[in-house]
Amino acid sequence: MKNGYVYDPLNGINGQIMDIAAKDGKIVDRVDEHKARIVDASGMTVMPGGVDIHTHIAGGEVNSGRLLRPEDHFKDYESRTLLTRSGVGRSIPSTFTTGYRYCRMGYTTVMNPSMSPLEAKHTHEELNDTPMVDKASYPLLGDWWFVLEYLAQDNIEECARHIAWLMDSTKGYAIKIVNPGGLEAWGFGHNVKNLDDQVPHFCITPREIVRGLCKVNSLLRLPHTIHLHTNNLGKPDNYLTALETMKCVENLAAENKPAIHVTHCQFSAFKGDDWRTMQSGAEEIAKYINNHTHVTTDMGQIIFTDTTTMTADGPFQYDLYGLTGNKWVNHDVETETSAGIVPFRYRRKSYVHAVQWSIGLELALLIKDPWKIFMTTDHPNAGPFTSYPKIIAWLLSRKAREASLKRINARARSRSLLPSIDRELSLYEIAIVTRAGQAKALGLKNKGHLGLGADADIAIYNFNPEKTDLSRKYRTARRAFKRAAYTIKSGEIVSQNGEIIKSVNGTTMWADVELSHPAEVTEDFKKRFREYWTVEFENYPVSAEGLKASLPIRVEAKV
Amino acid sequence: MFTFPIVADCISPDVFQNKTPNEISELIVWEGNKQRKLSDLFKIKVTEDPESQSSVAIEIIGDVSEVRRIGSRLQTGEITIKGNAGMHLGEEMMQGKITVYGNAGAWTGSMMKGGTIEIHGNAGDYLAAPYRGSTKGMHGGKIIVYGNAGNEVGARMKKGTINIHGNSGQFLGIRMHDGTIHVKGDCDERAGACMLNGKIVVDGTIQSVLPTFTIDSIKPKVKIEENDTAQGPYYLFLGDLAECGNGKLYVSKKKNPHLSYREEFL
Repeated sequence: MKNGYVYDPLNGINGQIMDIAAKDGKIVDRVDEHKARIVDASGMTVMPGGVDIHTHIAGGEVNSGRLLRPEDHFKDYESRTLLTRSGVGRSIPSTFTTGYRYCRMGYTTVMNPSMSPLEAKHTHEELNDTPMVDKASYPLLGDWWFVLEYLAQDNIEECARHIAWLMDSTKGYAIKIVNPGGLEAWGFGHNVKNLDDQVPHFCITPREIVRGLCKVNSLLRLPHTIHLHTNNLGKPDNYLTALETMKCVENLAAENKPAIHVTHCQFSAFKGDDWRTMQSGAEEIAKYINNHTHVTTDMGQIIFTDTTTMTADGPFQYDLYGLTGNKWVNHDVETETSAGIVPFRYRRKSYVHAVQWSIGLELALLIKDPWKIFMTTDHPNAGPFTSYPKIIAWLLSRKAREASLKRINARARSRSLLPSIDRELSLYEIAIVTRAGQAKALGLKNKGHLGLGADADIAIYNFNPEKTDLSRKYRTARRAFKRAAYTIKSGEIVSQNGEIIKSVNGTTMWADVELSHPAEVTEDFKKRFREYWTVEFENYPVSAEGLKASLPIRVEAKV
Repeated sequence: MFTFPIVADCISPDVFQNKTPNEISELIVWEGNKQRKLSDLFKIKVTEDPESQSSVAIEIIGDVSEVRRIGSRLQTGEITIKGNAGMHLGEEMMQGKITVYGNAGAWTGSMMKGGTIEIHGNAGDYLAAPYRGSTKGMHGGKIIVYGNAGNEVGARMKKGTINIHGNSGQFLGIRMHDGTIHVKGDCDERAGACMLNGKIVVDGTIQSVLPTFTIDSIKPKVKIEENDTAQGPYYLFLGDLAECGNGKLYVSKKKNPHLSYREEFL
């Protein structure tokens, strides 16, 4: 790639015109230009391939969502071509379509953030059929019986060994926690209301679960921090829960490094007593995050559209069903977790939805350090990932925000902080929130940057950063980020001007934890399996052969 | 008779308008999984009516029970079918008129927004109902079926009128939001299931009324639409209470003596 304006924040490169050389799938110092394929990126913007830290694209819950919504497929379909498979779905695209659509936008790494361990095989089969991108999946561990028991006994080391075994069995990448304690309570039709509520039948509180797993994470040296969906998600005044949750692991953080990732923060940043008095709590959350170094977050930005909510937060999804009367799937309650799926339309003229829309952007703009807040929509919960270019436009252009503000509910507009926020993210910062920052938080050493040895995943966008005033011409940015001029995956051009020109598989990454004393699978453990699980213990683990292209990320645990 | 399903949403006055006979012949339709020209499957005759100022009128003669999506999104003009029509006839139509001298397939008038559909024979299932999974019911317009209709007539209806002179199947008006359905013949089980509002009137025998409907009163007559009042007496049931609905289910008192026990609750 020659002469592009390169934005590579992890290597401090801010719009410098340079060449990038790739060979055998990696970034190298130089190549023989006579033998190389030359991409002339003159006048174009070059960034590392996009990295998405949280997007529901595979697994039992996602697939049930697809099955639930034939009307989502009807008007949005892609026919088969010589190179690409057919697919359907706007809010929840089918697997192949998901891969192609990410690739067209210049994304090369995506993380599936929720995987019920019992359904890990299914999840990986879907990921196997999600081409064009490298991917990984996070097993849901916050309500897992063994975890709850170990943590209740304060047996952090045994818990860590068990989780190492589970990471291997599910070929997972990170510890995912959703409404800690709440999912187990949902099995009995209950929920937890605050960090110190007792989880039914287990002598443990959400606070203990979060802190315990945070300690386990450090012991195992997993590449990412614990990845958390807070208690009380989607409820007025839940910003207090978010703050308390972040505070509760403050003293577990090491050397100014993050100890927790609070995901789709928008849904956890509500203030107010009820829906009528609901307001944005973004200012308080941003203030806390600005003053601390142990938290990373992602936006969960609302898009005004018809989409589908799907989370492991069973009780929350049940409430959404009650609010909307829409069709509802109550899923996975019989597994190690819970889940719910409800179609949802976010409307501009709805006070609550408009406030939510504002919250996501307020978080992104009020949190000063872009390495702490990343761009997501919690796809498909707040909107489909294909809306990312719209969000980029809002982030880098005040004018774009104003255009949208004009159309939203008037009361929400009058209360929004956005009119008073001038800040516009630079392209350097956009590169952080859409790739560099996400890769760094994930501990993916070869992603999100274009330094030597990095994976040669490159996105080239067709606009000239020196000649385009993106603040005024935000539509140019939107168009450019929608269809990358070139998407390069592992050193091969796979997409050009929005057309897939080569189909590649991508790898499935997982944390390969090396313990000093390997976990012992006791007879007692196997016995419990037989008593409580619907599969035999021998059939439970996913083998590396079950992954189309397995890429273990080796870590050496402290236990 | 066609052997394979044909998808022909190009058969619509809006599409034909301002096109030469040649251009009309060249319009693409699907026969199974192959693309065909309209003239491969139909003999097309264009009669210019110099007197007529109005828009295009299409007459289809023959059995087109395998031809789907005729009159899709109709905005102007008329379609007359002298034969049986296929599924999705007049889907999402906005204005204009479709008349079928024969039977019509499933999803006739699906997601209609306006205009009129007249079926002189029987209509299939899902009359005016939205596409599977969708919540966008009929939004306006009028459908008349002189024969019988199948199951789930008027599902998720929001506005408009459906008149069925014959009998209707199960789940009449399921999840109705508003609008009026009038069945002159008999009605199968579960009429008004999950309805939130709107009006269903049954002049004939209904097998049973859902237990989540409560009897309100006996009405001598009920208005169907402007200039159309149905003569009772009718039992008026309100429901579906399982959805906190305010729908009205009018059922003929004379034809349903097996429901007289409900009078106890008046």
